[in-house]
Amino acid sequence: MADIAFLLLIFFLVTTTIETDAGLDRMLPPIEPPEDDVVIKQKNIFTVNVNRNGQLLVEEELMDIKNLRAAAVAFLDNGGLKPGEEGYCNYCKGERDPGSSDNPGKAIISLKNDRETKYSVYITVQNELVAAYNELRNREANRLFGRDFTDMEQEYLNPETPETVREELKDKVKRVQDLFPQKLSEAETSKN
Amino acid sequence: MAKFAKKKDGDLPAVSTASLPDIVFMLLFFFMTVTTMKDSTLLVENTLPNASEIKKLEKKDRIIFIYVGTPSEEYQAVYGTEAKIQLNDKFANVSEVGSYILAERAKKPQEVQNFLTTALKVDKNANMGLISDIKQELRKVNALKVNYTTYQGNAFNNLQ
Repeated sequence: MADIAFLLLIFFLVTTTIETDAGLDRMLPPIEPPEDDVVIKQKNIFTVNVNRNGQLLVEEELMDIKNLRAAAVAFLDNGGLKPGEEGYCNYCKGERDPGSSDNPGKAIISLKNDRETKYSVYITVQNELVAAYNELRNREANRLFGRDFTDMEQEYLNPETPETVREELKDKVKRVQDLFPQKLSEAETSKN
Repeated sequence: MAKFAKKKDGDLPAVSTASLPDIVFMLLFFFMTVTTMKDSTLLVENTLPNASEIKKLEKKDRIIFIYVGTPSEEYQAVYGTEAKIQLNDKFANVSEVGSYILAERAKKPQEVQNFLTTALKVDKNANMGLISDIKQELRKVNALKVNYTTYQGNAFNNLQ
C-alpha cells in the first residue's frame, strides 16, 4: 500500500508546480485611434520618462524612483479647480495648485520608456503608479465604506465569493474606481 | 516466576510501519490539491520581477501564456543570449505572437473567448523593446487584457 502511495506521490511531485500566478493587470489601448481627437491640457498630464539606465524623468525633472509614488499621488489628488467651477473635486485633499491637474477624472499619467529599459525597472515604475492609484482609492473606500478598496476588489474578483455579495461589491468597487479612474497612457517606446 | 522475567536492556521494539500508508496518502493529497500540472517546459530563463500591487490570476482556462527571457544554457549555443519569446514548447519570433494568440483563442470555448487574459511571464533582465513589440502584436489581434506576471514582493528589490 505504502509503495503505491509513494509512487503516486513522486509522480505528482515531478509533474506539478506550485503556481505563482499573480501580477499587474493592464489594458492595452485599441489599435484604431479614437475618432475624435481630444485636446488635453498640459497641466493634466503627468509625464514619466524612463531611460535605458533606469533613470526617471518626471515632469521634466530627474526623480528618484522611491519618490515616484508620492509625486503621482500629489498629482492625482491635486484638484486644481476652484469651488463652484464645473468638475470641482470635493474629495481631493491635495495642494489645489491651479498649475497641476484639474480633477482626478482628467488627470492622465503618461509613461514612456526606452527600448533598452530593463523590464524590472518598468515593472517597478508600473507598480509604483498602480500603488499611487490604490493608495487614493483605499482612502476613499475607507471614507465611504470603511474598508480597503484592494480588499473589496479582491473579494469581488474571487470566483468563490457568493453571487449576492459580489453584486453588492460591484457597485461599491465601481463607485470608488470612478472617483479615481485609472488613466495610464503608454506611448510607443523611443529608439534612442 | 518466568512470567515476570525482566526484559533485557537495550532491546528496543521495531517502529511500527502500520501508519506509513496513511502518512504518505496525506502527503499525496496535500500535493494533489496545492499544485497544478506543468503545461510547458521552460526553454528560457524566467526569473520574474517583484511587485506589491498584484492581483491573482483567477480562472486558469482563460489565460494564454507568453514566456520571454534569455534561452537556457543548453540552448544558448543555438539561439544566442539575446532574450527570446517562447510560445508553447518552442522559440518564436515577434511576428508569430499574433497568430499564436488567435490559434489559442480559437481553442477555447466560445463563451470565454472574449474574456481571455494574456499573461506575460518575462524575465526581469529582458529589454522593453521586445515587450513593446509583443504588446504591439497583441494590440493588432485585439488581445488587450494583459497581466505582467510577477512575484509578490517589494518592487524596489528589482533595482538591485
